[in-house]
Amino acid sequence: MPATDPVHDVVSGVYLSESRRVLATLIRLLGDFDVAEEALHDAFRAALEQWPRDGVPSNPRAWLVSAGRFKAIDAARRRKRFDSLDEIGEDTDLGAVDPVEWTDEESVEDDRLRLIFTCCHPALAPDAQVALTLREVCGLTTEEIARAFITPAPTLAQRIVRAKAKIREARIPYQVPTPAELPARLETVLRVVYLVFNEGYAASSGSVLTREELSSEAIRLGRLLVDLLPEPEALGLLALMLLHESRRLARTSESGDVVLLEDQDRSRWNREQIDEGSRLVERALTSGRSGPYALQAAIAAVHADAGTPGETDWDEIVGLYDLLLLRDPSPVIELNRAVAVAMRDGPAAGLSLIDGILARGELRDYRPTHAARAELFRRLGKTRDARSAYERAIALTKQEPERRYLQRRLAELKDPGPSAERRGAV
Amino acid sequence: MKYLCLVYLSADKLHAVHDRECKACGDDMRQRGIMVAAEALQPIETAATVRVRGGKLSVTDGPFAETKEQLAGFYLIEARDLNDAINAAAKIPPAREGSVEVRPVRDLIPDS
Repeated sequence: MPATDPVHDVVSGVYLSESRRVLATLIRLLGDFDVAEEALHDAFRAALEQWPRDGVPSNPRAWLVSAGRFKAIDAARRRKRFDSLDEIGEDTDLGAVDPVEWTDEESVEDDRLRLIFTCCHPALAPDAQVALTLREVCGLTTEEIARAFITPAPTLAQRIVRAKAKIREARIPYQVPTPAELPARLETVLRVVYLVFNEGYAASSGSVLTREELSSEAIRLGRLLVDLLPEPEALGLLALMLLHESRRLARTSESGDVVLLEDQDRSRWNREQIDEGSRLVERALTSGRSGPYALQAAIAAVHADAGTPGETDWDEIVGLYDLLLLRDPSPVIELNRAVAVAMRDGPAAGLSLIDGILARGELRDYRPTHAARAELFRRLGKTRDARSAYERAIALTKQEPERRYLQRRLAELKDPGPSAERRGAV
Repeated sequence: MKYLCLVYLSADKLHAVHDRECKACGDDMRQRGIMVAAEALQPIETAATVRVRGGKLSVTDGPFAETKEQLAGFYLIEARDLNDAINAAAKIPPAREGSVEVRPVRDLIPDS
């Protein structure tokens, strides 16, 4: 069929907007991921054949679900005749349910949630949760996911096959968790989404294009979650991702080097994303049930609010870190808080907090600890201490742009130019 | 006195013995009146591990018993699905101290 055919364009459009919803509903009706995927493709193949002849149905979604279900049952019956396998029971009689009823807005949105929670079930390995979510919920191809995660495609395909087998064999139910289970289960879903975002945001490796796609996919997922389940932490995570994403253009130089927050050209920050992120933070915080994502987003919003680095409200940021530590005690958050304290009360105050963390035996092999110490020593004029801390940080760095950045700072120490003093926090 | 006989196999030998033979063994024990319960298990990839710490349920994939932990008991339960089984496992008291591996049972296929 030529690509210019108007009905063909309609089918493509419906595929883009509806295929994930149709799949989510077919999985519920057919009880199996693979059977549902095949049914989805059969349904769209049937649409390409029949819509040009019979016209586009008034409810394409219901039509596709109904066609997919019919094709799957037909295929199972045919298989059954050949292998006499007792796969399909009596309850699969097609006429029994009204297709419009099981494709109404509410059950379809529930199906999307069921799909998300099943793909992010904690009994699946974390990397399988990520792969399955990108494949089934976002509709990325195995090759696209493999490219984004710099994993061989067969490895990734195998991961997805195993995850689906586990869903089948361990009988992971296609369900939205009960209210009692929801907080813990939502945590897993949010972790998967944030992991996808960070994979796309961290300047580790892979082409810039696939990275950006991964981050926007995570933001799309975040939006979907907020639409379906506007819990404070879902709002917080979407806000956090938008506020980070708003700095994407400003955080790398043309040569691909890291540009620190305080050195970024703030006119290149995406105002639209900042405004949306800030509004979401407010919604999350006023709920009174905000958690770590909302608090981290609130910190990012304070930075976004400052026209210049000097206008940053460090007192507010330290206060938010205090709240974050109460909710989610971790040495990494303590380190970030120490850097904020250094900005508020001076480098010596920050250093003594960091040394306290190290004295407990924590974060000793963590690159940011040593990069932060180096920076604070430099600001105190303790060049020798700064040098050895930079060297330690460089030894712990795995990423090339970061190594280049730290080496540049180390070189500037030996030859302190006039620009070096103007730089601030890490 | 009851004894639990635990069967261990490396992954490449999971199907080294035909189900027919295992079923015959079970039938024989049943005839001799010594069988209490026996089941084949799905491979470890299907396992989930349940722990309860500070009243909070944690579920992870795979069998992640610490090397110090030893098999201390078993419950063979009937559950609707994995979530149902996880909720039941979380109520087993040692889930607070150690871990409870939840593994689906597999039907023998003696005549394949």
